[in-house]
Amino acid sequence: MPTETLDIAKFKSKIAPDWCPGCGDFGVLAGLQKACATLGLDPKDVMVVSGIGCSSNLPGFFGSYGMHTLHGRGVAVAQGAKLGNPDLTVISVGGDGDGYGIGIGHFIHAMRRNINMTYIVMNNQIYGLTTGQASPTTTLNTPTKSTPEGSTENPLNPIQLALVSGATFIGRAFSGSAERMAEVMTEAIKHKGFSLVDVFSPCVTYNKINTYSWFRERVFDLQAEGHDTSSWDSAMSAAKQPDNRIATGVFYKNSMVSTYEETEPAYKFGSPAKQKLVLDQETAAALVNSFK
Amino acid sequence: MSSVVPSLSPRKVSIRVGGAAGDGIASVAETLAKACSRQGLYVFAYNSYQSVIRGGHINMQIRIGAKRVWSQGDQCDFLVALNQDTIARHAGEITPGGGVIYNKEKIKLDAAVLPQGVNDFGIPSSTIAGKYGKSPIMQNTVALGALSFVANLPFEAVKGVIIDTFKKKGEIVVNSNVGAAQAGFDYASENFKKVEFTWQLSGKKRMFLTGNQAIALGAVAGGCKFYSAYPMTPASGILHWLAPKGSKYGIVVKQCEDEISAMNMAVGAGHVGARSMTGTSGGGFALMTEAVGLAAMIEAPVVVVNCQRGGPSTGLPTKQEQGDLFQAIGASQGDFPKIILAPATVDDAFYSTAEALNLAEIYQCPVILLSDLLLSEHYETIDDLDFSKIKIERGEMVNENRNGSETYKRYLSTPSGISPRALPGMEGMMYTAASDEHDEDGVVISDVFTDPAKRIVMMDKRMRKMDTVLKNLPEPKLEGPANAELTFVTWGSTYYVVRDVIHRLEKEGISVNHLNIKYLWPFQSAAISKILKSCKQTLIVEANFTGQLERLIRQETGLSIENHLRKYDGEPFGPESVHAKAKSLLQGAKIPELAGKS
Repeated sequence: MPTETLDIAKFKSKIAPDWCPGCGDFGVLAGLQKACATLGLDPKDVMVVSGIGCSSNLPGFFGSYGMHTLHGRGVAVAQGAKLGNPDLTVISVGGDGDGYGIGIGHFIHAMRRNINMTYIVMNNQIYGLTTGQASPTTTLNTPTKSTPEGSTENPLNPIQLALVSGATFIGRAFSGSAERMAEVMTEAIKHKGFSLVDVFSPCVTYNKINTYSWFRERVFDLQAEGHDTSSWDSAMSAAKQPDNRIATGVFYKNSMVSTYEETEPAYKFGSPAKQKLVLDQETAAALVNSFK
Repeated sequence: MSSVVPSLSPRKVSIRVGGAAGDGIASVAETLAKACSRQGLYVFAYNSYQSVIRGGHINMQIRIGAKRVWSQGDQCDFLVALNQDTIARHAGEITPGGGVIYNKEKIKLDAAVLPQGVNDFGIPSSTIAGKYGKSPIMQNTVALGALSFVANLPFEAVKGVIIDTFKKKGEIVVNSNVGAAQAGFDYASENFKKVEFTWQLSGKKRMFLTGNQAIALGAVAGGCKFYSAYPMTPASGILHWLAPKGSKYGIVVKQCEDEISAMNMAVGAGHVGARSMTGTSGGGFALMTEAVGLAAMIEAPVVVVNCQRGGPSTGLPTKQEQGDLFQAIGASQGDFPKIILAPATVDDAFYSTAEALNLAEIYQCPVILLSDLLLSEHYETIDDLDFSKIKIERGEMVNENRNGSETYKRYLSTPSGISPRALPGMEGMMYTAASDEHDEDGVVISDVFTDPAKRIVMMDKRMRKMDTVLKNLPEPKLEGPANAELTFVTWGSTYYVVRDVIHRLEKEGISVNHLNIKYLWPFQSAAISKILKSCKQTLIVEANFTGQLERLIRQETGLSIENHLRKYDGEPFGPESVHAKAKSLLQGAKIPELAGKS
């Protein structure tokens, strides 16, 4: 759909983002708005859920229902929202500290469940809002406020972790490549199942290493190189992430796995948020008798 | 063979079934108890068990009566010993006139350990059971049959329960189990004398269930559509009962990776309009506390059930305690609206859970329902729960923005403090629910400039909800005559043992009454003060070390309760100790006063 005819404005809120000028998150916000407009979604049916951090401020700037929750817990709340009303399009957003540090448990188990939702991680390889500590994706030996001699922990690889955890759509984007990022996000939201989009979203204030130009020298698009998204092994290999070549695009897509919602028997009664709540007399009597 | 004629009181009988974990005690006890409940008798059964899957010692205490039974009692009239260890531990406790049933081919009984007048009901269970099956569990069924005879319990009903229990496994299994029970019964009738009294069996079938089952039932009746939990003793029973019911009643039942996930998921589900609940014990609740504050701040309805157990830390996982009151009150940072209630009985647990779901949606805040191991896990015969008493009240909901061009304000400051609630999916009312302090329209106020005036408006609005709750909560009441010599004060399941003791004291001609406090937060200071000031003498009975309710009463009213009885050894109060304490007070024993009544 040509950009001019897309109604992106309906996904804007009345609040202007307060990120630092040049922050990668501006691009992510725009990409998400474009993706939702491309898919023709109705803002009232979209629920954006975040944790805490600079990137987690996004729901307030986005024109839909939103929840701005607790550090590391956005993915858990999002699953509750989706399971509570599966008719909503649920998009979880947050940073690398929020999602891959404190939130790592919820991240992994959400992927195991293959709940039909999208998780967009604004990965800037640093903790921004708390002013510059190392994060789980900070490159080894990087000096930060909490690791002045250089970080000594191996960075986590979210793509490989997602593959091993059973995610059925794994994508990566670079905020500096706006159009491609919007395309990956669109595909991710459209995908039925758990979709991850890890976005390199440079922090201009605290990360002086992984900058826009640093990424431009290294990123390449998997789809431009004929990558087979149906091959788990190819994805695993492409995700190895050597320092000089960083793969972006869609790593893996599997549409053959049932979503959690498809296997949940309660849904034959409809969305839990919309069911009638009063038990009829017959059911009540049967329940009482079942204890006799 | 015993020649002593048992001469027990017909009003109540206490049976103890003891053995190691894995010996099949639960099924013996439940079969017996259910049979009695089906015949019009009342049963109170408490299982004293350990945190182990095999071995250790389990002691199931069953008390049977013609009228409602309020405790597991202190005595042991009949002991069914499934292993040697049980004889060593309990044989000396048996009441004269009663007896011990055991497999004399495997277990040795030294007559010297039995008190005078206690019968030796040893049975060659291995030989008898051997005819009906290879499993050693079959010996338990033989014992059950024998017990039915000597204690004169409704054996036809016992056979009926056995048939129901094994129906699914086919006729052969059913017949061998019934056969084993019958063989035990026959052996006993040929060799032992049974008790002289007979029960008046009305044949009226009554419900027989645990507190956890009542809570789960209350959730279903109260329109719960989402239950998330992480397994933890003694709350797992709620999850186990609900798990197969989800597909029948449209409830999403979700076991999560941890309690933090369980609570956060429940908040998410509640926020979007699915009535939600989670359940755990103290250690799990500790992990949930951050999200309790989240729920309060974004004003999402959610019910959290904390089935308290022995603390601190991992503590006594399978033991009784009421130690989490202050944890519940203090859960999460800052001041915010929350409601805490503690049902006193199994029936109360049913109605209170449905009530909690209503309170959560009406006041748009977290509601903590405090149960305890005794309440959650003991089995009890009760009269039918009345589902028609359950009303669903969803509070102030809006489904359209009637303000024209004006933005809908999810957190509108109103006189009651309650803001009309729009659910995600509704047109024209979008907002972001933030855990940061926010304005009436949901926009965060802590970013660009934290506005003190707006903060005051929002804090006042949220806390005003508590005033509204207080206005609408049912008043606490004194049960019993107004000018009693002694007033008992309780919360949670300690209600039971006090009712038991009150019956005894009343029979002794003593005037006593009882204040049970169900709503712990907001605290009904005015009403409770008024009641306490009218009391001649008070005794507060609770199962924790520091007297948490006693401290809460003093904190909220300034009044000190003169006397207390506390238990923190993990076992439930027995009526004897409570009765003795009450008598010592009534006889004017000098008890050091903490502070006089104003």
